[in-house]
Amino acid sequence: MSAVLEVRDLRKSFGGIVAVDGVSFDVNQGEILGIIGPNGSGKSTLFNCILGQLRPSAGRVHLDGRAVTGMRPCDLNRLGVSRTFQLLQVFPQLSVRDNLILAGQEHRGSMLSRLVGPRDAGLAPAADKMLAFFRLDHLADELAGGLSYGQQKLLDAAMAFMAGPRLALLDEPAGGVNPTMLTSLRDRLKAINAEQGATFVVIEHNMDFVMALCSRILVLAEGRIIAEGDPAHVRSDAKVIEAYLGH
Amino acid sequence: MLADILQLFVAGLATGGIYALAAIGFTLLWQTSQTINFAQGEFVMLPAFFVLIGMGFFGLPFWAAVLVGVAVSILTLGLMFKKLMVDPMLHHGVLPLVIATIGLAILMKETVREFYGADAWPFPPLAAATNVTVFGAAFAVQSLVVLGISIAAVAALQLFLNKTRTGRCMQATAQNPTVARLLGVPVERMILYTFLINAALVALASLLITPIYLAKFTNGELLGLYAFIAAIIGGFNQVRGAIVGGLLLGVLDNFTAVYISTQYRLVVPLLFLIVIILFRPQGLLGRVEERTV
Amino acid sequence: MRRRKTVVAGMALALSAAFLLVAPFLFKPYGIFILSTWAVMTIAAIGLNLTLGYAGQVSLAQAAFVGIGAYITALLTTKGWPFWPACALAGVACFVTGWALGYPALRLQHHYLAFVTLAFNTLVYLVFRNEEWLTGGIYGISNVPRPSLAGWSMNGAHAFYYFCLAALALVSLATWCLIRSPWGRAFVALRENPMRALSLGVDTRRYTLMAFALGAGLGGISGALYAPLVQFIDPTPFALGLSLNLLLMVVVGGSGYFFGPFLGAIVAVLLPEWLRFAQGYYLMGYAMLVIVLMVFCPTGLLGLADRLVTPAAKAVPAAAREVAA
Repeated sequence: MSAVLEVRDLRKSFGGIVAVDGVSFDVNQGEILGIIGPNGSGKSTLFNCILGQLRPSAGRVHLDGRAVTGMRPCDLNRLGVSRTFQLLQVFPQLSVRDNLILAGQEHRGSMLSRLVGPRDAGLAPAADKMLAFFRLDHLADELAGGLSYGQQKLLDAAMAFMAGPRLALLDEPAGGVNPTMLTSLRDRLKAINAEQGATFVVIEHNMDFVMALCSRILVLAEGRIIAEGDPAHVRSDAKVIEAYLGH
Repeated sequence: MLADILQLFVAGLATGGIYALAAIGFTLLWQTSQTINFAQGEFVMLPAFFVLIGMGFFGLPFWAAVLVGVAVSILTLGLMFKKLMVDPMLHHGVLPLVIATIGLAILMKETVREFYGADAWPFPPLAAATNVTVFGAAFAVQSLVVLGISIAAVAALQLFLNKTRTGRCMQATAQNPTVARLLGVPVERMILYTFLINAALVALASLLITPIYLAKFTNGELLGLYAFIAAIIGGFNQVRGAIVGGLLLGVLDNFTAVYISTQYRLVVPLLFLIVIILFRPQGLLGRVEERTV
Repeated sequence: MRRRKTVVAGMALALSAAFLLVAPFLFKPYGIFILSTWAVMTIAAIGLNLTLGYAGQVSLAQAAFVGIGAYITALLTTKGWPFWPACALAGVACFVTGWALGYPALRLQHHYLAFVTLAFNTLVYLVFRNEEWLTGGIYGISNVPRPSLAGWSMNGAHAFYYFCLAALALVSLATWCLIRSPWGRAFVALRENPMRALSLGVDTRRYTLMAFALGAGLGGISGALYAPLVQFIDPTPFALGLSLNLLLMVVVGGSGYFFGPFLGAIVAVLLPEWLRFAQGYYLMGYAMLVIVLMVFCPTGLLGLADRLVTPAAKAVPAAAREVAA
C-alpha cells in the first residue's frame, strides 16, 4: 500500500450549499497529482477539509494509513504535510530568510529549546540553501513585503518545502506569476519532487502548467470528481470539456 | 417558603429580561458586523440620562422626555456610533474596534460624571411601586410590568426577524454576509438596521432598569458584564441564546443575593461563565462554530 | 531609511536613559515617587504588551495580576520574608494563574479571553475586598517594608527609585531576548496571519497561552514592586479601572512595539500629574485619544512615528488575511 494520502467520501456543506460532494481519491508516493476544475467546483474547500482549516461534514482522510480527519493544521504540518494558499501569504514584516526559518523552526527541538536556543534555531544554513535553490538568495535580508509578486510566490513555495514535507498541497502556485518565472517554478517543483521524493497535489487553472507538471490529473466539477487520468486523456475527455464550456 | 421562592423567581425573570435585551443587541451586533461592543453597558446607562436632561433641563413631561430620549439614543448610539466609529474602523479588523469601544465606554462614563454629576439620581418607574397578590404570594407590580414589556419587546423582535422580509434579510446578513450580498440583500443597510435596533433595545433596557438601580454613571460596568455573560452563556451566535442567557442570569443573580451572599453576588454568574466556556463553549443554545483557525 | 530610523531611535533612547539616571537630582521626593510608579507600571504594561501586542489577545485582568503580586509580597514581607523570594513567588503564582485561566479560554475563537479576564478581574477584586482574614479587606495591609540588597536597605526614595529602574532594565532585557528568539518570530507570525502560521506548524494556541501567562507573570512582578513602593496595599487600585488603564497604555504607546509600554506609561502616569488641573477632563481626553488613534493609526503613537519617519508605505501585495479574531 503506497498511498500517502487516502481521501474517502469527503463531504462538506455550508448550510444548504454542498461544496464537496463525496470525493474519494488516493495519492501515491512520489507522484504529482493535479486537481483542475471550473471556478466554484470545490477545489480549495477540498484542500481546506483535508488540511484541517475546515471540519468536513462527512468522510475520512488518512495519511500513511493513519486517520487524520479534522486534525489541527499545525499538528498535520508536523506530521509532514505542508501547503500553500491560493491567496499569497508570506509574512511581510519578516525578512525573506526569517520567513523560511519560521517555516522550519517548529519542526525541530521543543518550545524550551526555541526559547533559550540560538536565534535562528540552527536553520540559517538550511534557509540559505533553500533560497539559493529558488534563486532568491540575493534577497535574503530584504523584508518579504518588499518583494515583487512573483518573488513572493516563489518564497511562498519555498516555505512549504522548508521542513522537508512528505506531502505538499499547493493551491494555485502559478497564479499571477509571469511566464518567464513559471518555467522556473515548474522546474524547481520537479526538482524537489525528484530530490526529496516529496508527493505533491496541485490545484491549478493554468492548463499548460498543470499538463507539463503533473503525472495524473483529477477533474472536479460541482464538488464531484468527473474525470481522472493522465494529462492527454483528461484533455480530450468530453465531460471535462463540457464542465468548462457548458452550463 | 414557596411564595418567597416564586417572588424571587419572578423578580429574577424581570431583571433577567432586561439583561436579555442588552444581550440580544450585543449578539446582533456581533453576528452582522463582527462588532464586539464593550460599551454596551454604558449604552444602557446613557439613555436614562437623556430622559433626565429632557425633564430637568428642557422641562419636558416624563413621556415626552422618554420619546425624545429614545430618539436621541437611536441617533447617537445607533447611527452615529455606526457611521463615526464602526465604519471607519472595520477594515482594520476586530481588535482596534474592541479597544475603541473600551475607550468609548470610558468616555461615556466620564462625560456623564463630569457634565451631569457623580451622584445617583432617582428615575421615574413605568409602573407604581405596589404589589399584587397571587396565590398568597406578593409580586411587585413593577417586576411584572418590566417582565411583560421585555417579553413583548423580544416577541416583537422575533416576529420582525422571522416574519418580515427585512427581518429575514437581516438574518441572512447575520449568517453569511457574502452569500446574502450575492442574493441581492442590501447588506450595508441591514447592518445599519442592526445598530438602530440595538440602540432601541438598550434605550428600552435603560428605561426599565434605571428606576431600580437609580441613574448613576457607573451603572454600565455591571450591566455590561451581565450582558456579555448572558450572551456567551446563551450562545454567542443565537438571539434565542441571549434571551435564555439573560433570564437565567437574572434568576441566578437574585437567588445568589438572597441565599448565598450579597457580597459575592457576582461569583455565581462568573463561575457559570467559566464553566460554560470550559465545557460547552458554544453556549447553551449555540451551534458549534466552524473552525477557521 | 532604516538607518535613519535607527539613529533617531538610538538618540531618543540615549537621551531618555540619561534623563532617567539623573532624574532623582532634579525632582523632589514626590516627583521621584511618580517616576518610580512609572517604572513599575511600565513593567505591567510590558507584560500586557506581550499578550496584546505580540499575541493579539485582549486581556482585562492585568490589574488582578498586579494585585495578586502586590498582596503576596505585602503579606510575606510583613511577616518577615525577604523581598526576593516573595517577588519570585508573586511572579510564578501569577504565571501559573494566567496559564490556568488562559488554557480553556484560548481554545475558543473570538475574544473570549477578554470576557473571561473581565470576569476574573472582578472576581479577584471581590476576594481582595471581602476576605478580611486574608487580605485585611478594606483595611488593607500597612507598613510594607522596602527591600534590602545585601544589608543595604532601600528605604530612601532615591535608592528605591534606582531599584525600580534596575528592575525595569532587567525586565526589558529579558523581554528583548524573548522577542529576538524563535518565540518572537512565532509571535509575529501568529499576530500577522494566524492561519498561515498554523499551516507552517506554529501551534498558535500554545504560543498565545504562553504570551498571556508570561504577561500575567510580569504583572505579578510589577505588583511585587508596587507593594514596597506605596507601602500600603488595599483593594482599591486593583479594580477594573487599572486593567483598562493598562490596556489603553499599551494601545496608545503602540501595541506590538517594544517601547510602546514605556511611552504609554508616560502618557498614563506622568501626564496626569502635570495636568492635575484638568483632572476630570483628563480621562475623557485620554479615551478620546484612544478612539481617534484606533480610527487613524491603530498601531498607536509609535506606529504614528513610524509612519512619519518612513515615507509612503510600500504597497504590500499580501492577500486579505484573517486578522486575529
